[in-house]
Amino acid sequence: MNKRLKTLTKGIADVSPLMIPVVPFGIIFGVIGMELGLSPYMTFGMSVIIFGGASQIVLLQLFSGGASPLVAITSVGAVNSRHLLYGAVFSEYLSHLKLSWKVILSYVLIDQAFAVSNTYFKKNKENEFKHYHLLGAGFTCWTVWQISTVLGIVLGSVVPEELGLSFTISLTFLALLINDFRKFKNIIVMLVSGIVATIGYNAIPFQAYIIVAALSALLVATLLTLINLKKN
Amino acid sequence: MHWSTIIYCGIITYLTRFSMIFLLKEDVLNDKTKKILSYVPSAIFPAIIFPPIFLDSVGSLDFESNPKILAAGFAIIIGFFSRSIIATIFVGLISYWFLIFVYYQ
Repeated sequence: MNKRLKTLTKGIADVSPLMIPVVPFGIIFGVIGMELGLSPYMTFGMSVIIFGGASQIVLLQLFSGGASPLVAITSVGAVNSRHLLYGAVFSEYLSHLKLSWKVILSYVLIDQAFAVSNTYFKKNKENEFKHYHLLGAGFTCWTVWQISTVLGIVLGSVVPEELGLSFTISLTFLALLINDFRKFKNIIVMLVSGIVATIGYNAIPFQAYIIVAALSALLVATLLTLINLKKN
Repeated sequence: MHWSTIIYCGIITYLTRFSMIFLLKEDVLNDKTKKILSYVPSAIFPAIIFPPIFLDSVGSLDFESNPKILAAGFAIIIGFFSRSIIATIFVGLISYWFLIFVYYQ
């Protein structure tokens, strides 16, 4: 098999198991979009234009709370700031590529694609077509996300509101943190964020509670990191 | 919601992914910065999780017979032991439904 195609297929195969939780997540996003009264086009448009599950749900939540566009956009930027880390880690593997490749691969550089391609890149530094792995993994995520959004949009028009599906927003984010539940410092950071947001929900104007809570928690995370470095 | 908000959100999201790949020739972030960036999910997600669980519809703290706190508690326990995203969401949702449709009826 052609080496490009082989690497692409490997990317698709590696990321596929991680797609299992993405499907209900996408469905939840579509359903909630419909429950909040967004048009199907707009809900689907968010999945194509933003293509970042967590940030899309944050945007929906802020929209339902009546946040201003500036606060909504800043919050989405804050949620997605973790991608800066992914880009920085991948820069050494992708710096030799043409700009067009960088433009395309950036669009699909999401959590799951980063996780599997990072492992592959580390082990296959010599493969000159290794970026095909990220292409395969990334567009697999993209396709699955778009299909599950559409499923959610279809289901959203028939699911009754009494089921309280908006609670799944909290549950979904909680589920995304399960790997950090065993880390003491992460738990402190989580509690700071949650408590500041709960108290600030009414006290902080313009629905900026997510930004304020996140900055407070990141400040604590920075302090914890610095203290830890001094100890070592 | 306006299309313009969605488009700006799309642009800013894209830039968080593209900027580093475009600007850096190699990985220049130091370990300290990486460690701090790795805390971003823990710093942001609870700000989204907590208020809808602990606040009622008028924004007051609601600790008494609040099915969301209990259901989130079950979800955390399952998440802690199973480390499964799907199991966490399903247990949380099913215990929530049990509480609102059966237990509190």
